[in-house]
Amino acid sequence: MAMTLRDIINRLLRRQPASASTARERLQLVLAHDRSDLSTELLDQMRREILEVVAKYVEIDVDEGAVSLETEDRMTALVANLPIKRTMTGQIKLKEPKNQSEENSEETEGTDQNS
Amino acid sequence: MATDTRVILICSGKGGVGKTTLTANLGISLARQGLTTAVLDADFGLRNLDLLLGLENRIVYTAQEVLEEECRLDQALVKHKQESNLSLLPAGNPRMLDWLKPDDMKRIVKMLKEQFNYVLIDCPAGVEDGFKNAMAASQEAIVVTNPEVSAVRDADRVIGLLNTNAIKPVQLVLNRVRPKMMANQEMLSIEDVTDILALPLLGLVLEDEQVIVSTNRGEPLTLNSVNSPAAKCYLNIAKRLQGEDIPLIDPIEESSGFGSKFRRLMQTKIF
Ligand SMILES: Nc1ncnc2c1ncn2[C@@H]1O[C@H](COP(=O)(O)OP(=O)(O)OP(=O)(O)O)[C@@H](O)[C@H]1O
Ligand SMILES: [Mg+2]
Repeated sequence: MAMTLRDIINRLLRRQPASASTARERLQLVLAHDRSDLSTELLDQMRREILEVVAKYVEIDVDEGAVSLETEDRMTALVANLPIKRTMTGQIKLKEPKNQSEENSEETEGTDQNS
Repeated sequence: MATDTRVILICSGKGGVGKTTLTANLGISLARQGLTTAVLDADFGLRNLDLLLGLENRIVYTAQEVLEEECRLDQALVKHKQESNLSLLPAGNPRMLDWLKPDDMKRIVKMLKEQFNYVLIDCPAGVEDGFKNAMAASQEAIVVTNPEVSAVRDADRVIGLLNTNAIKPVQLVLNRVRPKMMANQEMLSIEDVTDILALPLLGLVLEDEQVIVSTNRGEPLTLNSVNSPAAKCYLNIAKRLQGEDIPLIDPIEESSGFGSKFRRLMQTKIF
């Protein structure tokens, strides 16, 4: 495939990500997993369970929630980024944790309201 | 008798990153500084240290006969002709791998500690028994890696194992650095590698064709070609090991040519 002028300019201006930064990002990700010994499936299961627990207390945006492993200086941290839904007035929506049976019925109500 | 002998494991995880070349050149450099140094070939499966040092024809006994008490240690040690402070303890037959235990390595190293200031252990690739046996006999370690994803990933595995086995200090040598590629950001930078592995950098070694020439001859660069780029790097590493404060060379400064300097200027001024 021939290089367009834009490609050439991009290359000259180094707009294309150079391979070193790709290497760095790929390494950081693979090492986080290597160091933790957690498989992607286990990590995903943990992510879902964490989201479930947190969702009991605050309304969170489940689709946006991310749980990841990050490493710095050989320390691995479990980092959860869980965007909280806000009310029209900008307040955080808090839920009252209920006992088991009530809570289940409330959860169904909640989803009904949403849909 | 040497009192505070330093026993250093030279390891990497990934094969072919430059462990044996580093061991040979460090051995020569330390010996030249007047330090009695033993290099122990712990790569029993694929021994090569004898070849790199040009000592392959002078081997009579090996670590194997020493362990089996068929000879004394000094009968197995091969003294380097030009650098008499340096001796090689050759690896035995690959079949040694069937019975060798961590305690055997400890026994050998204990004997070497009585005579030498430095014991450098050239470790086999991998993280299996060969590595574990060699690690058991070591106090500190140098992890050799290349600025490439697979080598860095494997180094990380090894560092994890060294940490859990209380080996310290663990220092990094980054080998086969290509300054031009680094300047063009097509190779992981020094900071990338040291940040990711979180190890102090003992030194870097430039990619250098002379390494191959020296291997052909069985004469490490630090022996006769001290002005080649890689030789200077090895000599600096040996001095730092001895506690001298030698500044690192900046590979990007080293890379000549208008192109890379111009690009750097662009990057700093414009972006
Ligand atoms: N700085 C360098 N510049 C150019 N070539 C190099 C450099 N360092 C090592 N090499 C080459 O890389 C190859 C592997 O080196 P070496 O045998 O030292 O690696 P190793 O880690 O001991 O390998 P193994 O894991 O098989 O024991 C050799 O052909 C050597 O000449
Ligand atoms: Mg080797």
